[in-house]
Amino acid sequence: MLSIKNLHANVEGNEILNGINLEIKAGEIHAIMGPNGSGKSTLAAVLAGREDYDVTEGSVEFLGKDLLELSPEKRAGEGLFLAFQYPVEIPGLSTTNFIKTAVNEVRKYRGQDALDAVSFLKLMKEKMAMMEIDKTLISRPLNEGFSGGEKKRNEVFQMAMLEPKLAILDETDSGLDIDAIRIVANGVNKLRNKDNAVLVVTHYQRLLDYIVPDFVHVLYNGRIVRSGPKELALELEEKGYDFIKNEIPIVETV
Amino acid sequence: MNSIEYFKEHFDQLQLIDKQSGLESIRQRSFIELAEKGIPTVRNEEWKYTRISSLFNKEYDFPVDAVEVSENDLKAIRLPGHEEANELFFINGNFSPVYSNIRSADLITMPLEVAAKNEYSEIVKKHLGHSSHYLKDGINALNTAFVHGGVFIHVQKGKAPEHPVYIYNITDARSVNILAQPRSLVHISKNAQVQIVETYTTLGTSASFTNQVMEIIVEQDAMVEYYKIQNDASHASQVSTTHIRQVGKSFTHTVTISLNGDIVRNNLNVIMEADHCEAHLYGLYFQSGKTHVDNHTVVDNKSPHCLSNQLYKGILNDDATGVFNGKIFVRQVAQKTNAYQSNKNILLSEGATVNAKPQLEIFADDVKCSHGCTVGKLDEEGLFYLRSRGVSEKMARALLVQAFAVDVLEHIKPTAIRHYVDQIISQRLEFPIPLDEDLI
Repeated sequence: MLSIKNLHANVEGNEILNGINLEIKAGEIHAIMGPNGSGKSTLAAVLAGREDYDVTEGSVEFLGKDLLELSPEKRAGEGLFLAFQYPVEIPGLSTTNFIKTAVNEVRKYRGQDALDAVSFLKLMKEKMAMMEIDKTLISRPLNEGFSGGEKKRNEVFQMAMLEPKLAILDETDSGLDIDAIRIVANGVNKLRNKDNAVLVVTHYQRLLDYIVPDFVHVLYNGRIVRSGPKELALELEEKGYDFIKNEIPIVETV
Repeated sequence: MNSIEYFKEHFDQLQLIDKQSGLESIRQRSFIELAEKGIPTVRNEEWKYTRISSLFNKEYDFPVDAVEVSENDLKAIRLPGHEEANELFFINGNFSPVYSNIRSADLITMPLEVAAKNEYSEIVKKHLGHSSHYLKDGINALNTAFVHGGVFIHVQKGKAPEHPVYIYNITDARSVNILAQPRSLVHISKNAQVQIVETYTTLGTSASFTNQVMEIIVEQDAMVEYYKIQNDASHASQVSTTHIRQVGKSFTHTVTISLNGDIVRNNLNVIMEADHCEAHLYGLYFQSGKTHVDNHTVVDNKSPHCLSNQLYKGILNDDATGVFNGKIFVRQVAQKTNAYQSNKNILLSEGATVNAKPQLEIFADDVKCSHGCTVGKLDEEGLFYLRSRGVSEKMARALLVQAFAVDVLEHIKPTAIRHYVDQIISQRLEFPIPLDEDLI
């Protein structure tokens, strides 16, 4: 589904990604872990198409398409979804209207007819029930004054509405208490099937108790320095990132 | 035609035509003021960013009677909800009773000339021309020097007409250049309430310049909502003055929406002359092309315990220019004043500009006053967020612009008018009308 080869990216001349290689297949859950500043969020942002980063080398193929050639909205149309670490507050924009617009834009991209008001509401009610989202949340302006937990739940709700092929969760657990993590993780698990995949980007292991990965990758200094089964996350939790730092020599790139 | 001789010729004609209304002396006084001060140039501090002298480089007709317009013209001009509303028409600056339709018995309307001589003459004498104390320039004097064909609107004591008053200012510039000078005096009696909606429409492509003055007197325990909707042709200019005197403890709510026009200058004055007055002033200007819109507000606190709140928001595209100048006076007696002002602008293009200037003159020592002003671009983070959910860049921009405008638009209380304005904005953004929230 997703094939990242030797991906290099920089921001304002500083190289953040330093040759990433990663293969994700349908039905899989991958976790990317790493210390602060290792490039985790940059990787998520580059995949979603944030324009602040320059890709200098490498390729990303998503469902047979050159992902890096596509605008952020086309990536979403193709089935990529990024759940933001810091969802943006947009006062004045109703959450419902925004989601309706997004759903219909994505449908248009996929060659489907726009949903009329009735079908849209039916779909929304169904997903609200599934994600345990309260009506009051989506009747408010988009993320405005939402608590950390509400924002993240809203992200997962949007994910449910857009039905992506690949969902990238960027530090979705940050700032959440354990109950909120559980609710968000339940939502993600309900959306899983054999045709989609999830990439969990996280600093801590605890989210992975609820969203159990098939593979764990450790990112350090802009490259994946170790990959392994889910037990690798536990090892990291126990030993801390220092053991990775000590183990891996810093490779200076020219 | 920027010569006093030119105005003098028309002025003398008008004084000959209209000798009996009792308005001759105020015209005379104002003409002298006009002759002294002339049309303001950019050297006048109040007109620094708005150059209207160019509008006087051509000759205009000064019509003294309302001309006829066809039913088809009216059909295109009428606002939604007009079937129920009370409608008043000004054509080329003259009140036209023929087309007007007052459905509520709570409202009394008549030509200003008539009111100046009947039982309302005291009100007219006392209030007509009060705006000249605040707008000491030739352009205000120009309107009053030619005061004729105006209207007097009286809302009866304790009454609240169920439906709004729509005032249409039509300029028929299909054959000649027109200078239209609508004039109205609105008196809202004790404990009365009214909603007023005004619009401006130019027919034809000749030069159109509207120089309007409306003076509103709000008595004790009265409430007024005033909506100014400006979406005239791109070659039509106007100076539009709304001067509100809150002479008793009262409540005013104004929303000024400027969406098109060549040069648009709005003067909105709110004079708080009694204790515990409250005024809310909202404005949205959304301009493109080479249009110019200038909002000058004055809130004068002359009594204690008054509250005013101003929120003006601007969206400027292409080479459009905007001006916001908000003046707050707090007189020495006006202790416990609360006066707030906020002006926020988004520039959508490199060529767009805005000049914002708050002016606070505070002579009392126990007051709460604040002002703030921002100028920025659309939020890039917000754009990326929306685009990452599959929304095209164009649509994402439209959503953000619409979202920015909402906290002004939501203060348009008559639903038909709110939808009308929403629709114009949606069309301009090429954005579908939002889903009705009530469905959920």
